[in-house]
Amino acid sequence: MLSYIARRIMIAIPTLLVLIVFSFLLMHLAPGSPFTQERAIPPEILANLEAKYGLDQPLYVQLLQYIKNVVFHFDFGPSFVYKDRTVNEIIANGFPITLTYGVLSFVVAVVVGVTLGACAAIYQNSWLDYITVGISIGAQVLPNFVMAPILVLIFTLMLGWLPGGGWEGGQWQYLVMPVIALSTSYMASIARLTRSSMLEVLTSNHIRTARAKGMPARRIILNHALKPAMLPVVSYLGPTFVAMVTGSVVIDMYFSTGGIGLAFVNAALNRDYSLMMGVTILVGALTILFSLIVDLLYAWIDPRIRH
Amino acid sequence: MKKNWLIATALSAFIAFPALAETRVINGEELAADQTFIYRILDDFKTLDPQLNSDVSGSEVMRDLFEGLMNEKADGSLEPGVAESYTVSDDGKTYTFHLRDALWSDGKPVTAGDFVYAWQRLANPETASEYAWYMELMGIENASAVVKGEADPSELGVKAIDDKTFEVKLINPLPYFPAMTVHSSTFPSPQWAIEEHGQNWTKPGNMVSNGAYVLTEYAPGEKLVRERNVNYWNNEETILDKSVALIINDEAQALTRYLAGELHKTEVPTGQYPRLKEQYPDQATAVPYSCSYFYWLNMSDKGPEALKDVRVRKALSYAVNRDVIVDRIMQGGQTAAYNLTHTATANFTTPDIPYASWTQQERVAKAKELLAEAGYGPQNPLELKISYNTSEGHKKIAIAVSQFWKAIGVTAVLENTEWKVHTENMQDKNYEVARYAWCGDYNEASTYLDLLTSYSGHNNAGFNNADYDALMAESKTIADPSELYTQAEAILAEEMPFIPMYHYTNVNMFKPNLRGWPLENVMRTWYSRDLYLVKD
Repeated sequence: MLSYIARRIMIAIPTLLVLIVFSFLLMHLAPGSPFTQERAIPPEILANLEAKYGLDQPLYVQLLQYIKNVVFHFDFGPSFVYKDRTVNEIIANGFPITLTYGVLSFVVAVVVGVTLGACAAIYQNSWLDYITVGISIGAQVLPNFVMAPILVLIFTLMLGWLPGGGWEGGQWQYLVMPVIALSTSYMASIARLTRSSMLEVLTSNHIRTARAKGMPARRIILNHALKPAMLPVVSYLGPTFVAMVTGSVVIDMYFSTGGIGLAFVNAALNRDYSLMMGVTILVGALTILFSLIVDLLYAWIDPRIRH
Repeated sequence: MKKNWLIATALSAFIAFPALAETRVINGEELAADQTFIYRILDDFKTLDPQLNSDVSGSEVMRDLFEGLMNEKADGSLEPGVAESYTVSDDGKTYTFHLRDALWSDGKPVTAGDFVYAWQRLANPETASEYAWYMELMGIENASAVVKGEADPSELGVKAIDDKTFEVKLINPLPYFPAMTVHSSTFPSPQWAIEEHGQNWTKPGNMVSNGAYVLTEYAPGEKLVRERNVNYWNNEETILDKSVALIINDEAQALTRYLAGELHKTEVPTGQYPRLKEQYPDQATAVPYSCSYFYWLNMSDKGPEALKDVRVRKALSYAVNRDVIVDRIMQGGQTAAYNLTHTATANFTTPDIPYASWTQQERVAKAKELLAEAGYGPQNPLELKISYNTSEGHKKIAIAVSQFWKAIGVTAVLENTEWKVHTENMQDKNYEVARYAWCGDYNEASTYLDLLTSYSGHNNAGFNNADYDALMAESKTIADPSELYTQAEAILAEEMPFIPMYHYTNVNMFKPNLRGWPLENVMRTWYSRDLYLVKD
């Protein structure tokens, strides 16, 4: 097991390097630069800016310098657009925010989604099943950029219960709407996945055997059905978790949470090379890490899988 | 029980002796107890450093945190800032500013040396400020050489005669020079704080400032809070205690939060002004704002052959029905434009542009005639590409324009690109027709008209007219250039290097209890210290 993990980490390093090289080149290929502005900057000032940020160097020198700083100093450089902040600072500031509402949304989505899905499967074709399927289809066609304004209309404008946005260090009032908006559609997908995979497991041989032995329904479901039924769900959860904790631009946009999601999108639009690279590497590293965790979970859930 | 009695006694005392509650009254209105003004901004601040800032929302914060030589009154005229007065030499090239006794937020005196440091810092290539050209625009001696790195920053034409006297030397006399010191890039900066903290000097706690407010909190992507500076020279006159900018990216969301009472000011989303004005007549306002919306016509060598013909350029402009654009699309009180400079600009008389007074039928008839003369028609149809950056508003206007052109037999192909791509194409003159907008840097017509000089870096049309250049050069040397500006506009109407569309308005919702907002200021220059809130 340990050697498997070590091997995976060894593969992760070249993967990340390839990611860095590709994103770096693609980014510099895009038309426009961080300093392209409505009012064209006079050439002498542009030269000063390029000298300050090292853009006057040949591309491969910039790339090597960048990799060197990242690898040896863990320094992602200064932001090209946010003049008095470094990329490390922007990520250190925004990522905890995103992580907080992301993890909470993930927990809510998984707990509620799995429970609903499992109940719907167990009581197949009952009113509970119909309601769950109905809600999950409804929730899936209601994307978060529609949910967010509706939530604010209801809870802020009409009822006056919750603040319409902000973060304030993550107080609960400021978390409720972002978590609902972010978790709902994932929750619906998880519920539907759990339901269909649970239905399949419930009709499988080992469950029939357990029933025939006279095992109580509770034990059958919790000990024998739920675990194998989670296999397809877990493979969905890996990328979902990464997507949720690396930021949702919609949540940051509508709720002014200050997370990393909006910063990432703006970095691309602003051609903030260093910030875009920093967040790309973060997302890449997390994706690699969580796909490893998912693979380890597989082995735990299904003993037939050996690493 | 006892507690209730106490409250009752306290209440009756309060009612009987209102003076005890220390109510403050201004212009016959009682002030609200909580003097916190909350407003919305679209995007996060890119920097809080006065010399590095290039954003409008950043400038608003800079004007609260710092104070330059001159301030702007609501009507756009100047009033003393840190400079109590100034004198100009006979040749108009040397300005001497006499500074008042003012303090930085850490208690140090504001000196002429702080201005020298800030101005040298702005021009210094090491600072790499995107606004370094402002020193060149102000025409300060050696500014260009310093920016280019050919001269040491200490050679810039600014000098501290003593702690209270700041001298500036210009290359040429510039009548509106004092007005340019309202700009935030010319604000003084605290050398000791910048040297101690480096780029972190703008963080709350590190920042030292000399304006009416100090920075107390900044949560990127969320909000920025500034609070009263007790060391400010005019602190006694300041009423507002706190000014809070909330960063809300989505304007509809901001409007909902405004309606829920979370904001005192927010922008009205495009097209919603008529509805909001009807529903909230005392809150929805539309006032002139110094920006001009137009379509560049690429008449450079890289542009299409057709646009080199002035008859074609005129025809394209005449065909556009501005009234439809302002009344049906924008719907925010914008005014139809037939010239470049915003009509509300100070000391600017809108010239008589002939086609402005024609009916639209007359314009279309004339456009068809001109186009036929130029050799375009059913046999030789004209097709042009309109480029615009991705936005609902720009798209609607481009579609409308394509319909107007259809009426004169011109086919328009629409092309939308992301902002940076659009900008780069325009600056490389790699376009045919492109949407653009220009906002005034200061309240004077040259901020618009300089754009079309052949040597301007922003002249995307490639317009090159010797008479025009001569007029603009002459305008810099005389006390009242307004007549020359009128002539310059006449040349533009005759040559049509762009199609004027409309002049901007600033369309906002203001809570009814907010006072002191300078609605008449076309530059949208406002200071928190002029604002206050009254009791509902």
